[in-house]
Amino acid sequence: MSSTRPVIVVRDVVNRFGAQVVHDGVSFDVQPGEIFGIVGGSGSGKSVLLRTLLGLRRPDSGTVEIEDREVTAMDDLELREIKRRYGVTFQHGALFTSLTVAENITLPVAEALDLDEDALARLVELRLRMVGLPLDTAAKHPAQLSGGMVKRVALARALALDPSILFRDEPTAGLDPIAASAFDELVLYLRDTLRLTIVMVTHDLDTLARTCDRVAVLVDRKVIVDSLEGIVANEHPWIRHYFHGGRGRAVRALQENARGT
Amino acid sequence: MEATRTAAPSVLQVDIGGTLDIGPSWLLRGLLADLRAAGASVELLRPAPAHFDYLDDLAGHDAGALPAQQQASLAAWLARLGGGLRQRVVNWYAALAFGGRLIASAAPAWRSLKRMRIPSIVRHMHETGVQAIPVVAVIALLISVISAYIGAQQLRPFGAEIFTVDLVAIGVLRELGVLLTAIMVAGRTGSAYAAELGVMKLNDEVDALESMGMNPYEVLVLPRVVALVLVMPLLTIVADAMGLAGGALLTGYLLDLPWSQFVMRLDSAVGETTFWAGLVKAPVFGLLIGLTGTLRGLQVRESSRELGRLTTVAVVQSIFLVIFADALFAIYFLEIDF
Repeated sequence: MSSTRPVIVVRDVVNRFGAQVVHDGVSFDVQPGEIFGIVGGSGSGKSVLLRTLLGLRRPDSGTVEIEDREVTAMDDLELREIKRRYGVTFQHGALFTSLTVAENITLPVAEALDLDEDALARLVELRLRMVGLPLDTAAKHPAQLSGGMVKRVALARALALDPSILFRDEPTAGLDPIAASAFDELVLYLRDTLRLTIVMVTHDLDTLARTCDRVAVLVDRKVIVDSLEGIVANEHPWIRHYFHGGRGRAVRALQENARGT
Repeated sequence: MEATRTAAPSVLQVDIGGTLDIGPSWLLRGLLADLRAAGASVELLRPAPAHFDYLDDLAGHDAGALPAQQQASLAAWLARLGGGLRQRVVNWYAALAFGGRLIASAAPAWRSLKRMRIPSIVRHMHETGVQAIPVVAVIALLISVISAYIGAQQLRPFGAEIFTVDLVAIGVLRELGVLLTAIMVAGRTGSAYAAELGVMKLNDEVDALESMGMNPYEVLVLPRVVALVLVMPLLTIVADAMGLAGGALLTGYLLDLPWSQFVMRLDSAVGETTFWAGLVKAPVFGLLIGLTGTLRGLQVRESSRELGRLTTVAVVQSIFLVIFADALFAIYFLEIDF
């Protein structure tokens, strides 16, 4: 696979619910090894876009290709097959509350492969080490974990099948700034070592500035894709408001720092 | 991957081709480490897979150890037994505390109509009562048809078919009507109460209520229990009526007993207390079902599995309690000749 071919190709995607049009011709590419951020106001269809990329929702028209295979044209069986190639983390972790952490992590592996207990235990150790959790977490139940730990376990579970693409919905929502920035570093590190492609929906401007190579902004039912600098300089009123409002300061400070050095 | 075992002093030559994902690389790395620990000398024929550096780095961090698997032993068995017993005691205590809190929060509610939450009670009465009428009616009809059929068949050899009417009337009015209604309501409403409150508990909705200064026992438990206590007698009357209708239908069909004769026979078979002996049990059964369902719902903690388990417990326990209470009533009525 040539490194310049995009991993995800989205072309002219239209999503509508009844008379309400959420996406009206959304197109963008995601390059391999890239961290791609998706932002947009409430109700702008970020989650719908993510669900469309994941194949959980078929768009009303348009196509989504992942690794040169058209997700939007697949039947359910093929979809299930390709879903093993990517990992997903949900906003609230979506850990299975009745299973231990170890069982949560090994569930997709045990489902896909025939491995013995010992190998599964070793894989649990690996994934916990990868996301920087102490190994005694394995026997705990999700209810016994803090919010940050839940997100890490969710990441460990998403990585369980060595995906090439990772989709993440609000990865740092609900984390304190220290935990959030540790999490950003972890994701950057994993991207660099594993050459993962990461697509994330986020509202966290710090995360956006720290990790994302390119940003897609959903406005007016379309998408504007650019580097973060390009987006921040964009003249669209909503984007100006988003990045230049009170909360946008961190991003601008970072930009100015980058320019200064 | 190929492994070649060379002569005597076991040297293992390992040839790893292609690229490996992280997971397989880790397992391979573990395998090689195990072999080295077992005394074999392992030789890699090609440079180690790309991920090995990263994995070495990972393994270098101190992350503690994986918790050991629990071994089956006498001590563990005893500990489980003790834990189970302790849980029993805790459960009884919880049930007592629940009752106490409910009474404590009910006391102020009696004094003011607003705190009785009439709209909430009415809503629950609609859901647990009005909507349950069809199923309760059909069940009562069927059970009286069954008992009339068996009665007629068994009494015919003695020429005492006419007593089928007594059998159905007394059976339905004293026991079957109220008992079957209670069992249906336990299955329908007891489980719904437990599941509703359990989900609210999992969603922190109960904590939210409490944080707003509202008493969850007053807001959530009391209206449900009161509604069930009010609705059970009404449902029982429906079941009684349908049961008698079923009896009349079948005796008419099997024994060629005209409608007027059935009514006359019914009049002499049923004493003035027969109807009340059944009806008086209804609110008690309603109370038991309502309390069990809401108690188990509020006990849900942490996981969706707990929700399922406690919903089941709510139904099984409320049916058990209803039948147990019915037995006590039977003995008591016998003693006082009711």
